[in-house]
Amino acid sequence: MASRVGPAVAEAEVRAVLATVPDPELPFLSVVDLGIVRGVAVSPGRIRVEILPTFVGCPALEMIRASIAERLVELAPGAEVAVEASFAEPWTSDRISEAGRRLLGEHGFAPPERLGSAGRPPAPGGVVAPIALAARVPCPHCGSRRTVLENVFGPTLCRAIHHCSDCRQPFERFKPV
Amino acid sequence: MTGPAVEPDAGSAALAELLLALADDDFVIGSGDSEWTGIAPILEEDVAMSSLAQDEIGHARAYYELLAGLTGDDADRIAFDRQPEAYRHARLLDHGRGDWATAIARRYLYDTADAVRLDALAESSHRPLAELVAKIRREEVYHVLHAQTWLERLATAGGEPRSRLLAALALLGPDATSVLAPLDAEAALRSSGVLPVPSVELVAAWIVRIRPTFERLDLPLPPAAIPSPAHARRDHAEAFRWLWGEFTSVRRLDPAATW
Repeated sequence: MASRVGPAVAEAEVRAVLATVPDPELPFLSVVDLGIVRGVAVSPGRIRVEILPTFVGCPALEMIRASIAERLVELAPGAEVAVEASFAEPWTSDRISEAGRRLLGEHGFAPPERLGSAGRPPAPGGVVAPIALAARVPCPHCGSRRTVLENVFGPTLCRAIHHCSDCRQPFERFKPV
Repeated sequence: MTGPAVEPDAGSAALAELLLALADDDFVIGSGDSEWTGIAPILEEDVAMSSLAQDEIGHARAYYELLAGLTGDDADRIAFDRQPEAYRHARLLDHGRGDWATAIARRYLYDTADAVRLDALAESSHRPLAELVAKIRREEVYHVLHAQTWLERLATAGGEPRSRLLAALALLGPDATSVLAPLDAEAALRSSGVLPVPSVELVAAWIVRIRPTFERLDLPLPPAAIPSPAHARRDHAEAFRWLWGEFTSVRRLDPAATW
């Protein structure tokens, strides 16, 4: 069945399409900006995309899979398209691209701090995210650092709620995870 | 359990027992957390408990899917189509919703014990489990942070909040080690490396981890006695039958429904 489909699609074309598939919860970010695309494999008649869930219980995952598949079928009609979620490595907020971070800021969201290699949940009891949480998150509206964390849980699993003491606006931050 | 007949060897039967315990724990605590949606004491906690529920049920689904892959069953069928006696969650989760202090005490005891267990399972020889746990424990950081914040808030408030917390710890504390107690399959899980650390060491590590908090807040440390596998994860109380009735109600109404 490998040769049934016409001209092979290039991996670059697949990646270009992926860069236009929006995240359903933060639609100004593409799945590529979000860093959930782990791998793309193209062979004649077949496209396989591996994605990493941002959160295990993320309800948007099925929508993301379906919209990626739909766009790839448009790109390569007749090709066998597989979009597979995987935990082969944990998605972390460090995977959000520079462009993605900038877009978050432009849309009023504070981007997550980079956890770096220390971002691995390390030694017993000690975990890195609370340290990152304790940092004063700059307000995306006015830039002030006089902000407080109101709730580590927000409108979606990946967002926390903060408040700015200077401009007195609430804002959301993409959680470092 | 129905489904394609796959004759399990001893190793996969042991792995299945562990996956079922992990899945049922997260499924039952997540279902219990969701009871707070709409009635938590403040709006932030309404959001928090709903998010915790969503996380836990998501984690449970992932464990049920690993189990389903192992036994040829279906994740929804495992989650919803068993009788209450067949669930294998820890006894700690069997006390009913209770008041807010009970909810916080349960979350704190469970989250801290679960964190110790996940640290160990991240090194499991069963790679799909180790990979899933590597992801889950990053999310669980926020659960521990949430529970710790509220435990401190209630413990240091004095008056009614503290006395309610003490009552909750007196009720739940004796069952806290049920989360980490050895399963029937302990020996097989240890010899295969699926469980890299003996369960009794997990209990000891958990006590070491929570002791500073309990001492600082002048709270009574939960007993370290370890229950038998049967006591830890079978013989569920009446409160669980009620919760089971709730979380299976839609499924029983229309088992073929999709959403």
